[in-house]
Parts: sequence; C-alpha cells; structure tokens
Amino acid sequence: MTVTPGAPGRARIEARTLRTDRWWLAPLVTFTGLMIFIIYGTVRAFQNANYWVPQYHYLAPFYSPCLSAVCEPGSSHFGQWFPDLGPLVTPPLFVLPFVLGFRLTCYYYRKAYYRAFWLSPPACAVAEPHAKYSGETRFPLIMQNIHRYFFYAAIPVALVLTWDTVIAFHGKDGGFGIGLGTLIMVVNVSLIWAYTVSCHSCRHIMGGKLTHFSKHPVRYWLWQQVSKFNGKHMQLAWASLISVGLTDLYVSLVAGGAISDLRIFN
Amino acid sequence: MGYKASFKVWRGDDKDGGLHDFLVEVNEGEVVLDIIHRLQATQAPDLAVRWNCKAGKCGSCSAEINGRPRLLCMTRMSTFTEDETITVTPMRTFPVIKDLVTDVSFNYQKAREIPSFAPPPGVQPGDYRMQQVDVERSQEFRKCIECFLCQNTCHVVRDHEENKQNFAGPRFLMRVAELEMHPLDAEDRVSAAQEAHGLGMCNITKCCTEVCPEHIKITDNALIPLKERVADRKYDPLFAVASLFRRKR
Repeated sequence: MTVTPGAPGRARIEARTLRTDRWWLAPLVTFTGLMIFIIYGTVRAFQNANYWVPQYHYLAPFYSPCLSAVCEPGSSHFGQWFPDLGPLVTPPLFVLPFVLGFRLTCYYYRKAYYRAFWLSPPACAVAEPHAKYSGETRFPLIMQNIHRYFFYAAIPVALVLTWDTVIAFHGKDGGFGIGLGTLIMVVNVSLIWAYTVSCHSCRHIMGGKLTHFSKHPVRYWLWQQVSKFNGKHMQLAWASLISVGLTDLYVSLVAGGAISDLRIFN
Repeated sequence: MGYKASFKVWRGDDKDGGLHDFLVEVNEGEVVLDIIHRLQATQAPDLAVRWNCKAGKCGSCSAEINGRPRLLCMTRMSTFTEDETITVTPMRTFPVIKDLVTDVSFNYQKAREIPSFAPPPGVQPGDYRMQQVDVERSQEFRKCIECFLCQNTCHVVRDHEENKQNFAGPRFLMRVAELEMHPLDAEDRVSAAQEAHGLGMCNITKCCTEVCPEHIKITDNALIPLKERVADRKYDPLFAVASLFRRKR
C-alpha cells in the first residue's frame, strides 16, 4: 500500500485519488495498444512464413534483415550470417532484440509502460500501489541508461528498411514498379526514420550536450532540427509502431496469398 | 448569469480534518480562488488559503481541484458544469498547516542543497560575456514561479515520503539542469545530480510537465538532458574516451 495517507503532517485524505476525470483511459489505451503489438509481434516472430513476396520484392519489416540460413531464397539481402538453429530460433530473433531494446529503453515508451503496466504512477496525482520505489537507480532499470547504444543500433536497422523500400519499387516483369505495398513501405520507413531521429539520445548527441551553442553552429542547427522532431516523439513512437505492424501485416497477407497487391504501375 | 455551485473543501490541520460541504454563488468570469474568497466572506471566515497575485505569477495558491494539482487563481469556473461538485484540497505531498495552506519548507531545504552559480576562477561579475544563443535554453527554466505543483505531483515523493531525503524533485533537478547548461558555470553538476539530488529516482512519467502552469517542458528539456549528461559520465565508455580529445563544450 502507498504511504501517502499516513505520512506525518499531511492532510488526512484516504482516497487514492480525488480525480473525477477519466484518468484511467490513457493508461488503458496504452496497455491495450502495446499488448496488441506484443501479441501480434510474438505470433509473427515465430510464424517463420509469409514474409517475402518474390515477384514484388516485398520483405516484411519483422523479418528484415533476414540473416538466417532458413530465410526464403531471395529475402536475404545482406547475407545469411547464422546457421539453421531449429524451429524455435526464427530469423527475427537475431534482430528483434535491438529493435525492441530501442523501444523499451525509449524515454517515451518508459513513460508509457511505467504508467500503463507498472502503475508507477497510473496517472498524475493517482497513488501508485507499490510500497517501495527506487526508480531507475538499481538493476534492471538502471540499464535504461544504455538507451543511446540501442539508438546507435537503430540507425543500421533503419538503413536496412530503407534499402528494403528501395528494392520494393519492383515490377512484376522485373523492371520498375509500384504497388500499394511499395507506398505502405515508403510511409513506414519515413515514420521509422522520423521516430529514430526524434530520439532524446539523438537530440543529446547532436548538440544537447553542449553548453556553448555559439561555438558549434552546425551542431546547434542539427540540435534545433532534431528538437522539432523530438517535440513529437510520442506521436512518432505510436505512428511508427502502428505503421511497422500494418506494413508487416500487409506483406504477410500478400505473401500468404490472402490478398493480392494492388498494383499502380507494373 | 450566476448559479449556486456545490463545493467540498478540505478543512483541518496536521492532526485531523475532512471535506466540508458548501453551496456558494458563482458568477460569470470567476476562478476557483474567487469562490474560496466568497466562502471566506460569507460562510467560513476562518478558512485558510494562501494567495497573493491572483494572476498565476506568484505561485502561492497551489492546491488540488477535483484531485488535480492546479493554481486556484488560474482555474476558471467555466471549465466545470453547473451541476458538478468541485472538491478543493491542499497539496497532498506537503504537511498541512491549516485548511488549504501547506508547509512547503521541504522545497526551500532542497533549494539550499544546490550550490549556487559558480563562475570560472578569475572571471568577475562585470566580466561575464555570454551569447544569447547559449543562455536561451536555460531561460525557459527561469519562467518557474515556484508554485511547487510539480513537486507535489511527482509520485517519487508524493507516494513515498521516505524518498524526500534523497530526491530533490523536478523543480530543483531543473535548477541543476539550468546551472549545468549555463555557459559560465564551472561547478560539477552532473555527478551531484545523480548522487546528491536523486536524478535516478525520476522515471520520467512527465507529471511535472503536465501540471506546470508555466508550461515549462521540465521532462524533455531539463530532466532527460540531465539524464543524458549523467549517461555520458557514468554509463558510456565511448564518451569517456571521446572526451579525452574533445573541444570545449
């Protein structure tokens, strides 16, 4: 139980909160949204099928880059670094830790899941249910401080997704082509880049750590540009999460033959 | 057009207290502080409330309205429906003195624990030269009116009294960030932020930013940059190596 009501000298108010608005709605929406993504991602990561559309060169983002010997022919654009390690070790498991690590240690997602999953606190001025609190001072949460390393890892991942998008301009007869899948991948990779660039660690590295902007005009300009994106970090976090899920779903449906790709050109 | 509003106002002291019901007149254009003053004038002459400027600039009338930390003088009655019961309580994080007045000396203690601005050796006050571009980032933090709503809503101390000793709270971590970003400050603020002022306790859930009446982006512009500077120093060996060759920041 929380210590609030019994704390010495405080106003004796027993209620956990006196808020009358729907303070529970935001954490509930966050919890639901993240759970949908976690369940979908887990199913897809172990499905190990329906991730490559050879005629249009669509590669599902969950399987990119496909670095395992079990990857479908043509889907490994960057080589097959890992041998077949059995059905439980699917291609996404080699890359997902870096992608998930970037999101898990992200300053926005931390806020989101501390509130929605750990209820610490569930909402502002709503008492949390935990007796003790040590914040991010101890293991494992002290590891949140390595967020910048996941940011470094997120850049090659975004570059790989960019390459996937470039080669998705591929027509049925082998030349240039555009389909609905291509456009979805363009939107997705744009949002992934915007989310990556808007990262607080990126903002810090670009120029936030400086105390003399006037001596570093280029870094100051970069910091200003990143700050514009950073102001929308929450929106970009959600938009890119939804877009990566929907892109993966679209490619999997096309690859599985459930739908056919809507072709715009060739 | 005026109407009669239902109010529940917490009354009591550090030993006992509770919510008291009032039915009080409300007129167009009024704020919650106006209603509290009307209660004093008509029904509860000994009701204690701290206030001063009535313009959202002195930071005196901090309280909780329907459970949300707000300034009484900046909360318009027009934001409530006429049939809504409005609950006004003192800030819950600090010891209550009487009714809506709390003892905020915790904050003054924390302020004293932060070493003041320290210019480089040999630079006298008249010799300070700074570019506007270098100081404008920390000028955002100077908008703080010290209402202590951020301190009140921060769950680190609101829900855990035992953390008060080791945690300065968002207002004073922002002060540390302000000095750390100051182009002429020579004190080591980064180590102190983590070790003496408890920056690691902050889990960046942004309630301080949500309640700030000056709309200072406390979390994004002060606390997270400070956490990143701590990461530079304590958790990033690459930066430690790079700092051996770096130019002046």
